[in-house]
Amino acid sequence: MTDSLDQIFVTLKHWLLSGLDDLLKWLEVAPPGWSMPLVSIVLSLAPILMVFPALFAITTVLERKGLGRIQNRYGPNRVGPFGFLQFAADGIKALIKEDLVPRAADKVVHFIAPVILVITAFTVYAVLPFGRNMVAADLDAGLLFFFAVGAASELAVFMAGWSSRNKYALLGAMRAIAQMVSYEIPLILSSVAVVMITGTLSLTKIVEAQSTHAGLLPDWFVFTPWGFMGFTLFMIAANAELNRSPFDLPEGESEIIAGYFIEYSGFKFALFFLSEYLSMFALSGLGITLFLGGWNAPFAALDFIPSWAWFFAKLLALIFLFIWTRGTLPRLRQDQLMNLAWKFMIPMVLVNLVAAALWHFTGPGWMRWLTSGALVVGAYMLLGKPQFESKDIGKRTYRFAD
Amino acid sequence: MNLPFAIIAAVIVAAATAAMTLRNLVHSSLAVAVAFGGLALAYLYLDAQFVGLTQILVYVGAVAILIVFAVLLTRGGEPPEKCIFSATWFWGLLITVAVFATLAWCVMHSFASRRDPSDKVEVTVKQIGDALMTKFVLPLEVIGLLLTAALIGAVIIAMREEKK
Repeated sequence: MTDSLDQIFVTLKHWLLSGLDDLLKWLEVAPPGWSMPLVSIVLSLAPILMVFPALFAITTVLERKGLGRIQNRYGPNRVGPFGFLQFAADGIKALIKEDLVPRAADKVVHFIAPVILVITAFTVYAVLPFGRNMVAADLDAGLLFFFAVGAASELAVFMAGWSSRNKYALLGAMRAIAQMVSYEIPLILSSVAVVMITGTLSLTKIVEAQSTHAGLLPDWFVFTPWGFMGFTLFMIAANAELNRSPFDLPEGESEIIAGYFIEYSGFKFALFFLSEYLSMFALSGLGITLFLGGWNAPFAALDFIPSWAWFFAKLLALIFLFIWTRGTLPRLRQDQLMNLAWKFMIPMVLVNLVAAALWHFTGPGWMRWLTSGALVVGAYMLLGKPQFESKDIGKRTYRFAD
Repeated sequence: MNLPFAIIAAVIVAAATAAMTLRNLVHSSLAVAVAFGGLALAYLYLDAQFVGLTQILVYVGAVAILIVFAVLLTRGGEPPEKCIFSATWFWGLLITVAVFATLAWCVMHSFASRRDPSDKVEVTVKQIGDALMTKFVLPLEVIGLLLTAALIGAVIIAMREEKK
């Protein structure tokens, strides 16, 4: 029973495929050889194209509600019960708005940019394992595929900013690219530690490597010194890569209005938001796959809950983390942003690689906890603490809100 | 010659031609990015997954961005007024054809072209990693050193000079 529930979507796909095959035989139609693999691909991709935009719709409402709660206000509360149908109203609004393109804009590039962004945002889902046997394309170099496709979106951001012929848009694009290029290094290097330990770039094999249990805790990489540090750095870099607050300088409403998508309106504007949120889910999914055990249950006793439910539960938890961060932290300054990346994150992530190597070569036992842990904590004490403890700022004093 | 390869080759050639002939420099660099992507597709089509994906990561993700930035920071995106072809285009064409013919002749008569294409080998990323860490470890280290030197050089150039 639990197995059938776990594999329900895989079984459904096989059942549909064999049903189609039987139907064609009954109709005595011989399909061409390429048609059945094509149907299989479509059946694998259709759920991705349905589930994640739906999650996007729900997340926008949850985010606005959550931010409202953090800022002591209601958030959307007019459409549907508790305002939970707000996304439908927003979607219809975006669809029926006029699509304005500036007269001086580079029409073709202006049109292609959001399309490329959305395509790359969707493509990375192909290699993410959502559950046991649930991955659209089990590539040998899955992790590399994820980062390669993700890197292509930077060019789309530049295209959007440049083609708008707007100073704010170009400034936003410049900021976005400087930020994405800087934070891509810690993002990739923090996942390299996992690759070093598992010895594979395939995301399904990385999940399999975390499926065992050692005592009470599962063998997730986040429960190791290097894994914990790697996960923390990965999430910070992911936050910057997504241009979300506190790293939202490329959009910075109060400085450059909306950055690279200032000249987009109507549904193209909605596409920018869609791709931003899709990338957020994809990067969260990658973080889950690399550090949080993928679709594995935390305890062996909880294995009866299907694997895909675990994946989405972890995904929602990480989305909550992103919303919480956005509601809590103020925006960084440009020099702070670059200092954080180049003076703290990159040295830290390099030390983390050494810590992972130590963990691997010390062998099982408490010694590797000691050596690897001491290295990570020592590096943080040396690199992080002096930077974050600013000396010329005294204790905070409140003038009005006492 | 088969259909997928023909499509990929057409995309690469068209993008490369566009990169040469378009008047706007930013358009040209975007066309170059398309050509890089087409090349990555060709690698992927030849089952060279690692090389293909690295091609996208490095060339589309980094080199194309670098080119675009270089264009923006030097001359601005204004297209030139006069003809973009140089006066000696005929000689350039002649030299290009000669170089292409030499290279093509070499490739056609090389050891690689006489190999039987049917004995396909599955190369995993792990094998590439093993080879890089054992057989090719010296070239890898040399390239690493070179890139570090380039990085330090870039930092020194970008560093603001202290006023005395």
